[in-house]
Amino acid sequence: MLLIRCPYCEEERPELEFRNAGEAHIARSANMAGESDDDFEKFFFIRSNPKGIIHERWRHMHGCARFFNAVRDTVTDKFIMTYKAGEPKPSKLPGVAK
Amino acid sequence: MAKAAAKKATTAATPSVGRRPALAGRTTSAPAVKVEVLPPAERISLRAPEASVAALSKALGVTLPKKPKTSASKAGRTALWLGPDEWLVIDEAGNDPLADCAGVSALHSAVGISHRNVAIAVTGAGAAATINAGCPQDLSLDAFPVGACSRTILGKTEIVLLRNAADAFRVECWRSFSDYVFTFLSEGSRDAAV
Repeated sequence: MLLIRCPYCEEERPELEFRNAGEAHIARSANMAGESDDDFEKFFFIRSNPKGIIHERWRHMHGCARFFNAVRDTVTDKFIMTYKAGEPKPSKLPGVAK
Repeated sequence: MAKAAAKKATTAATPSVGRRPALAGRTTSAPAVKVEVLPPAERISLRAPEASVAALSKALGVTLPKKPKTSASKAGRTALWLGPDEWLVIDEAGNDPLADCAGVSALHSAVGISHRNVAIAVTGAGAAATINAGCPQDLSLDAFPVGACSRTILGKTEIVLLRNAADAFRVECWRSFSDYVFTFLSEGSRDAAV
């Protein structure tokens, strides 16, 4: 079982307590009604689905119930780091060669 | 006689059926573990921002813990940290914490959930092993010391777990899940004894 560090509980907890909540850092337009169909499609449906490092939202559903962000490698399934919701994308990832 | 009985029936406006707590009195024992349903208690679900915590702690008479996975207890009332702005307050002394919060003007949300939850006590040398039958958390005393509490899962249901003593846990689950949780813990206690 994977252990995922919850930034709110400040410790590693079993994966069964967590839910994935899709890709992170997708900003909703402030003027949603003025969006063109193409832009809305990009915002609403199109995800990067990379092979490698991805920034995701996760929720500690059966714990503190908070959403947070995680950096995960989709190839190895390894969680590289997690950080609180609202914080900017980390510029440096621990243990990852640029 | 019949007349008196009829008169009594018309004046009796109280409900004809008393409250029946879920699983009342159910208990099971394995060699190293005892699983028993605890009597009903008063409970509230409390949500409040940082700025309201001091006022609420004063009104409740117990300091709301701010550290993850910790609880505070005083005079039969226990406050359990569930999230950064969320607590479960359990009162076993018969006082209503909801009434105590009502007088607080600081921003908060207190919801009475006394009847929503059922509490099950798991005690004995095999208590941690019993809960670990369906709970993936590390329940060693280092990781989950006395007084630690956490919302987590047991089998297919969500529970709130509180460690009262080295070999005693309180499991809070939703009423409709209580039959499943109790049976799960009973089966777990049998495995723990082996």
